[in-house]
Amino acid sequence: MSKLFSKENGAVFTGPLNINNPIAVQVLGICSALAVTSQLKPAIVMGLSVTVITAFSNVIISLIRKTIPNRIRIIVQLVVVAALVTIVSNILKAYVYDVSVQLSVYVGLIITNCILMGRLEAFALQNGPWESFLDGIANGLGYAIILVIVGFVRELLGSGSLFGFQLIPSSALMENGGLYLHNGMMTMPAMALIILACVIWAHRSYNKEK
Amino acid sequence: MKAIKKYIDSKLKPQFEGEGKLHAFRSLFDGFYTFMYVPNDTAKVRGAHIHDAIDSKRIMSFVVIALLPCLLFGMYNVGFQHYLAIGEEASFITTFLYGCAAVLPKVVVSYVVGLGIEFTVAQWKKEEIQEGFLVSGMLIPLIVPINCPLWIIAVATAFAVIFAKEVFGGTGMNIFNVALVTRAFLFFSYPTMMSGDKVWVNGEYLDCINGTVDGVSAATPLGEIAAGNDVTTPFINTVTGLMPGSIGETSVIAIALGAIILLWSGVASWKTMLSVFVGGGVMAFIFKDSLAEIGNFQWWEHLTVGGFCFGAVFMATDPVTSARTETGKWIYGFLIGCVAMLVRTLNPGFPEGMMLAILLMNVFAPLIDYCVVQSNINKRAKRIKA
Repeated sequence: MSKLFSKENGAVFTGPLNINNPIAVQVLGICSALAVTSQLKPAIVMGLSVTVITAFSNVIISLIRKTIPNRIRIIVQLVVVAALVTIVSNILKAYVYDVSVQLSVYVGLIITNCILMGRLEAFALQNGPWESFLDGIANGLGYAIILVIVGFVRELLGSGSLFGFQLIPSSALMENGGLYLHNGMMTMPAMALIILACVIWAHRSYNKEK
Repeated sequence: MKAIKKYIDSKLKPQFEGEGKLHAFRSLFDGFYTFMYVPNDTAKVRGAHIHDAIDSKRIMSFVVIALLPCLLFGMYNVGFQHYLAIGEEASFITTFLYGCAAVLPKVVVSYVVGLGIEFTVAQWKKEEIQEGFLVSGMLIPLIVPINCPLWIIAVATAFAVIFAKEVFGGTGMNIFNVALVTRAFLFFSYPTMMSGDKVWVNGEYLDCINGTVDGVSAATPLGEIAAGNDVTTPFINTVTGLMPGSIGETSVIAIALGAIILLWSGVASWKTMLSVFVGGGVMAFIFKDSLAEIGNFQWWEHLTVGGFCFGAVFMATDPVTSARTETGKWIYGFLIGCVAMLVRTLNPGFPEGMMLAILLMNVFAPLIDYCVVQSNINKRAKRIKA
């Protein structure tokens, strides 16, 4: 038991959440981070899907890492990831259909997410299944944290709501005689990139000494 | 005058320096001091430095002076359009004062927000205040519709100063024209406040402070073309500027006065200005068939409507964001004119293309310069070989 939660494994788990964050530090997975974050709910679902897929593909590749021939390892990794993505995609369609429609192709495109392939290549091929599982969970959650922050800002300022729940009363809107207007640019990916840049800026200023 | 300067130098200045009582406001003092008087520091490094008395504050002041005709005419036009819309007669003075009261809050908001951020950043980074915002702060109110609410202008100004200027390193380092980024932010974030036919003329005084959607209907000539209607503004009005439009952009005559001041003082390049008009003219001529269904609008009238003149004179010639080589200025200006007309004639989504054209070419300006310099180097290298 103590071996499972050793100091090294702790570092494997906390690194990707903060000082080695896949989006904020390694700047991977930007494309989907811009595409799915216009609302909070799809951002969370996307973050969880990536977490699950990264974790289990890491475990599977780590289990068979000694039998995979080195020259065709990318193909093997792709097959594993593609299978998991298909499973997750079908689960989403079955249980949260509306979110699945909103995410559209971006669930399928998790296959091409650099974070996944990066973790498989860099971690799962060298480490045991338990460490790989922790690493996958942590990287997925590190990705999800950033998505949630960006999605929170975008949904709040772009449509004045959170989880689809209207926070800014409609009487305050200009078309109903109020003074407030939603910021239309927040719903565009261009603004997501700027928010992401701000998150990275804040993260780096905070972690300056490390 | 001398007594005042003596007093400032001996009594006020020490309070702001070093450990003085007011050293937290050092950058503020420094900014106003060098604005009012010529800075008395010389170059800190020994060597062959030749200093001109014209520092960038003086250059910026010239541009602000060149913008005054547009500002004053814009104020008059706001009042004129207002009284025309509500169908009342008003004397010249009343008209002007009305417009003045409507426009001044926008100027104040733009300066307070922009300079506030500049001063804070200068104080924070322990640098001198950079003076670039003197011009941007005047440009911003001139390129928005009169009914644009003040808080939206404040948000957009803050966005542009931080993300188009300070993150790139401040004045002189920006890739994009700050005033145009402000307008682009407004245009994409709050499209209902920046286009359509409700925002150009204000019916009530409060419209221009808060913005309300039930403003007076009045389309700009470009808006009418985009909607496929006949242009109701006669050509002569597009020259004098008595038509709906953004505050400072309507009058060709006022802009021409500004252009004369800029060219006489040598701040702006005549090459860029001229080539914008050439590029725009050529493109408008090529696409004149697309205007065929609008009988009373000739292709050359494209050059006098919308923000074309204003952009060509005050935005395209911005020395920081435009091309710097002499050949590059021709190419840069020509392409701005071309792209602006392309957007206007071919893209149904955007009635006006000047803002997008200048922002696009701002990106390409360094590339144009690079190509011009490289071709020059190659030419000379060949001469040595031969």
